[in-house]
Amino acid sequence: MHGPGFISIWFFIGVLLSAYGVLITVTGFYELGSPPANPPVLFNLHATIWWGMVLLAIGLVYFIRFLPRKK
Amino acid sequence: MPSLVAAAISSEKLLSLSPVDLLVIVLYFVMVLGIGFYLKRYTKTGEDFFLAGRDMSAWIAGLSFVAANLGSLELMGWAASAYQYGILATHWYWIGAIPAMLFLGVVMMPFYYISRTHSVPGYLQLRYGEPARALSAISFGLMTVLMSGINMFSMALVMKIILGWDINFSIWVSSITVAAYVFLGGLLSAIFNEVLQFFLIWLGAIIISVLGLVEAGGWSGMVHRIHERWPGQDYTHLWSGLGSFTANPMGINWAGIVLGLGFVISFGYWTTDFLVVQRVLSARDLRSAKMAPIIGSIFKMALPFIVILPGLLALAVLPEKLVGESQAGAGAHTYNEVLPLMLARYCGPGLLGLGITALIAGFMSGMAGNVSAFATVWTYDIYRAFMRRDASDSHYVSVGRWCTVLGVLVSIGTAYLVMQFLSIMDYVQALFSFFIAPLFGTVILGMLWKRATPAGGFWGLLTGTLASIGMFAWVKGDPSALRYIALSPHAKDMAENMYRALWSWIICVIVTVVVSLATKPKPESQLAGLVYGATEIPSEGHLPLFKRPLFWACVVIVIFFVLNIIFW
Repeated sequence: MHGPGFISIWFFIGVLLSAYGVLITVTGFYELGSPPANPPVLFNLHATIWWGMVLLAIGLVYFIRFLPRKK
Repeated sequence: MPSLVAAAISSEKLLSLSPVDLLVIVLYFVMVLGIGFYLKRYTKTGEDFFLAGRDMSAWIAGLSFVAANLGSLELMGWAASAYQYGILATHWYWIGAIPAMLFLGVVMMPFYYISRTHSVPGYLQLRYGEPARALSAISFGLMTVLMSGINMFSMALVMKIILGWDINFSIWVSSITVAAYVFLGGLLSAIFNEVLQFFLIWLGAIIISVLGLVEAGGWSGMVHRIHERWPGQDYTHLWSGLGSFTANPMGINWAGIVLGLGFVISFGYWTTDFLVVQRVLSARDLRSAKMAPIIGSIFKMALPFIVILPGLLALAVLPEKLVGESQAGAGAHTYNEVLPLMLARYCGPGLLGLGITALIAGFMSGMAGNVSAFATVWTYDIYRAFMRRDASDSHYVSVGRWCTVLGVLVSIGTAYLVMQFLSIMDYVQALFSFFIAPLFGTVILGMLWKRATPAGGFWGLLTGTLASIGMFAWVKGDPSALRYIALSPHAKDMAENMYRALWSWIICVIVTVVVSLATKPKPESQLAGLVYGATEIPSEGHLPLFKRPLFWACVVIVIFFVLNIIFW
């Protein structure tokens, strides 16, 4: 698409989701040590941690698969 | 507007964003602007700017096709409708979308694609001539900026409710960002960002449904709670309450849903609204163009999981009862606040930022869709057709870029007009029936009936549009007139929209047929590539079964019927 050197949209998606995954997972682990004063419903499930990991996994798959490589 | 702004300033916000949430949102803005800057170098010609170089894969065109329709209005408005009307709101995602999307892919796409038109008004010009194109382009431009205004209002409302942000601040920051990346990269940039936004919408919103189902005890637990909390009302059946106008909370019957929504409005929107059709026209070949709406339909069919389900879950788990806009008072939350309330219920720092980003992404994808389509239609179908025919390609690209800015500015202006309306979604349906329903009559006759003439197409479109506006004005002036439009004294607003669309389509078709039979048809040689029976459609016989669009369309329609039966 659009010639050699063109960066795929899937790569951009991988970058953003990976960044979000790291940010949200780290936030989730931080909350384990310092629980918020007004926790959301079902806070005990620690959705922040596992959802952050899901984002990171999806992001890394796209990041690696569509990483621009010199030919 | 002043009263709303005052309300926005005085209202208490639901929650505050943490630094992590703000970082998530800032990263999103940096990424979409970065994509716009990156793609600017790839948008040099008119084909690049207005049709993304006609080089998109079926997947990218298909995801963009659905994402362009996913404004914040879709997310917030239909979650609100699910709370208000129950699972009936799902009809707008299933019967109100899937058959039409498949019809676009399998039947109509070859004519759009083979004619090499750049827009739907452009197709009308080829088929019916300049008057039909002019009428369609002007009505589309008007509808587009109004829709943008609605999207902006929805977005600003979310920011007011959740974060306490000033309405004007929300509108201007998001709008300028959209204007910037579409200005830089045109449709290519809009499509790329729509695909990104599609991911963010799903990943940001699905967490509400997952956690909501856990809290409610699964689907059966949710249904049990709803029946317990709302006795005597049927919120969980798709079809069984549609036998009469009084047996369901929407005040509509099956004929209005099937004929008005499922046929006229749905087919009109998904097959002739250039906002979505433009995404498919960017596909790299005919097979991709046919597959794109079919791929889109699979994701569209799954959307109730992140849009309708949160509304139903709110019926089951929210301690307070939400009210309509007109009943909102101190401390009471409205239907439109249901999605933000559910977000606040389940999401802590980080996830909250992701959820807010999903709403912002929804707004931006919807607005970018409107703005890029507006720029194309204005540049090609109004400016080039009626103002300056012989300019260079680079001149039209430049005009397209500045039309992007103009479209955003006009949309901002119309956002304040939209604020006067109490029910956002009802207004959208009114807009659809004004322009889209008759346009579908004109396009479908043009594609399938060789005898349709230029005069028939123009007068059918004009009469259908005026009839729709006339019916709207009639009911506004005399609400009791609704019984004549919807054929029942028990009909409510939503039924009026469905039936008005149906009547305007029927009027358009009748006038087109009558005028066509009384006027001279175009010679068949001029209909090649435009009309069924005069166009050679490339065969797909050499493709294996799993690569044929028709096969996947059949798979989708089977799933569609199964889902409707399960939730009957």
